[in-house]
Amino acid sequence: MKEGNENLRLTEAEKDLFNQVMPEDLAEIVTGGIQRRHFLKLLTVTGGALLAFQLFDNHEVFAQSLITNSTVGIENGVKVAFMVNGQKKQIEVDSRMTLLDTLRERLGLTGSKKGCDQGQCGACTVIVEGRRVLSCLTLAATCEGKSVTTIEGLANGLELHAMQAAFIKHDSFQCGYCTSGQICSAVALMTEVKNGEASYVTPDIRLPGHSLRLSDDEIRERMSGNICRCGAYPNINNAIKEVYSGKDVPQTWQFSS
Amino acid sequence: MRPFKYSTTNDINVAVKMLQVKGHAKLLGGGTNILDLMKEDVEHPEELIDITGLSYTQIKSISSGPNAEGISIGALCKNTDTANDPIIRQNFPLVAQAILAGASAQIRNMATNGGNLNQRTRCSYFYDIAMPCNKREPGAGCAAIEGINKMHAIFGWSKDCVAVHPSDLCVALVALDAIVKVMGAGGKERLIQFSDYHRLPGTDPQKDNNLQQEEIITEIQLPKNNFASKSYYLKVRDRSSYAFALVSVAAAIEMAGNQIKQVRIAMGGVSHKPWRAYEAEQFLINKTPDEANFNLAAELEMRNAKPLKHNKFKVELGIRTMVRALTQAMNGGKHT
Ligand SMILES: Cc1cc2nc3c(=O)[nH]c(=O)nc-3n(C[C@H](O)[C@H](O)[C@H](O)COP(=O)(O)OP(=O)(O)OC[C@H]3O[C@@H](n4cnc5c(N)ncnc54)[C@H](O)[C@@H]3O)c2cc1C
Ligand code: FES
Ligand code: FES
Repeated sequence: MKEGNENLRLTEAEKDLFNQVMPEDLAEIVTGGIQRRHFLKLLTVTGGALLAFQLFDNHEVFAQSLITNSTVGIENGVKVAFMVNGQKKQIEVDSRMTLLDTLRERLGLTGSKKGCDQGQCGACTVIVEGRRVLSCLTLAATCEGKSVTTIEGLANGLELHAMQAAFIKHDSFQCGYCTSGQICSAVALMTEVKNGEASYVTPDIRLPGHSLRLSDDEIRERMSGNICRCGAYPNINNAIKEVYSGKDVPQTWQFSS
Repeated sequence: MRPFKYSTTNDINVAVKMLQVKGHAKLLGGGTNILDLMKEDVEHPEELIDITGLSYTQIKSISSGPNAEGISIGALCKNTDTANDPIIRQNFPLVAQAILAGASAQIRNMATNGGNLNQRTRCSYFYDIAMPCNKREPGAGCAAIEGINKMHAIFGWSKDCVAVHPSDLCVALVALDAIVKVMGAGGKERLIQFSDYHRLPGTDPQKDNNLQQEEIITEIQLPKNNFASKSYYLKVRDRSSYAFALVSVAAAIEMAGNQIKQVRIAMGGVSHKPWRAYEAEQFLINKTPDEANFNLAAELEMRNAKPLKHNKFKVELGIRTMVRALTQAMNGGKHT
């Protein structure tokens, strides 16, 4: 018997389990297979109780989402129920999990990017309860009952959000790594301006908020929490200006003929 | 990050009790500083107590007591909400400007006022656990004093620590004689003058401030003042936004006729605590608010500076920043 070549066909529940215990290996196991005895050994090591772990959301097995009320297997596990892009999510996370890692690795929403993981770049910007925040410095555990919007949640079906469309029109990116953070940031910025919130460069901070005008200086200051390594700043600025003014801002680029 | 237990409470007495009993527990506000430090293994609490559910989120006028007609700012109120509160913008614009000069919109949306006061230094040797640092590990030595100390202190440092306090908000608060209200064991509250809240490093730089281990900041009080029409927060940094201060100055002036009746000047980026420029203030009382006097005052203050190898520039920069901040304050505190 050539046991070494025996490929493993995982049931959905088993996949789920692997996803929970060794998520980084799941893809390899599904495509490449592993020896069944290793699998069994793993089960012994991690505790047979995990086999009872059958609750999962069918639609999201590959989006790596787990809905569970089991506390087995996660040290300092915290249960969180929150809304992500209008959908209710209920998961259990290690207390150390950031919102960013939860979105990317547990919910399969990889649009939010990890640039620095230290609050210094803005690539991980998402909107929580209507406000832009850094998901890399937000613990998932603190999101209980909150509503999170990521880049994946901005479009309305196939219709892009105005800010997404403006970024495309103005070529507001090069490599695109910072873009989802830039767009989420810019979308929240529109609300801040509507609410009359001030910035450090607001000419007279004592004047009531509704006198606010979004100058180029204001846009630059308010977007300074989103670093673009490719330096697409002028084009990001133009996209935001277009959405803010509701008026056409000419593109500064053309297709070559 | 090392494992920790996450807990949450909306009862301040429970939170105080937890801090009292669990020596290795820490409070979680917005998390923008403590999580960063936990990722770097500079901080490693065994438990994080999320206090954002506590009710100290409001900004309200104080109706009685020694600070009547002043304002109380909740410790759990977010930096953004504080800066945009209509009373703060109208009557304490220096506070709004200082908050808005710090970090980024995202971080200010997350950060609480209490967390801002207790944020730790950004000294790169403090952050790098491979380097000795007395603040991180008492007795280990200070790598910054002979290292790259461009960002470090020029006032009040000791041979054990040359780190600076990174907050912008705190510079405005010390200028305006704010008061920190804290809740301690057994429901006992106390008030701490802002200038006594943070500490100079001395021989125990691991202590940033005079808060007891089990105490929680609940409010920041600002006494009424007549500075609103003439105050300005000027921050100078390596890039024009989203960077910590090389030097910053909070300036506030009250005039009587054409003479200065009262003036407050505080500096950021120069010391282990937000630095009140008392000598410069003293000099300016009853003087006319012109550039010559501003210069003399600034030079007087900066005469006491003891720069390190890489931050001598902060002395001249400090003078110019102070003169400019005072001038802007006289011009109505508008950003130009
Ligand atoms: C990239 C970056 C740039 C930044 N730039 C600036 C800047 O230019 N200027 C500036 O001023 N700041 C800046 N900051 C710092 C930021 O302002 C602070 O991290 C923030 O104010 C801390 O608030 P928090 O609620 O997130 O604190 P947390 O991280 O939650 O807590 C910080 C500390 O305070 C303690 N704590 C929290 N609340 C209380 C309370 N009520 N009572 C007692 N202790 C408490 C915590 O236990 C912890 O030790 C920057 C931060 C980052 C990441
Ligand atoms: S990844 Fe969050 S700010 Fe850089
Ligand atoms: S487009 Fe490359 S980092 Fe912004």
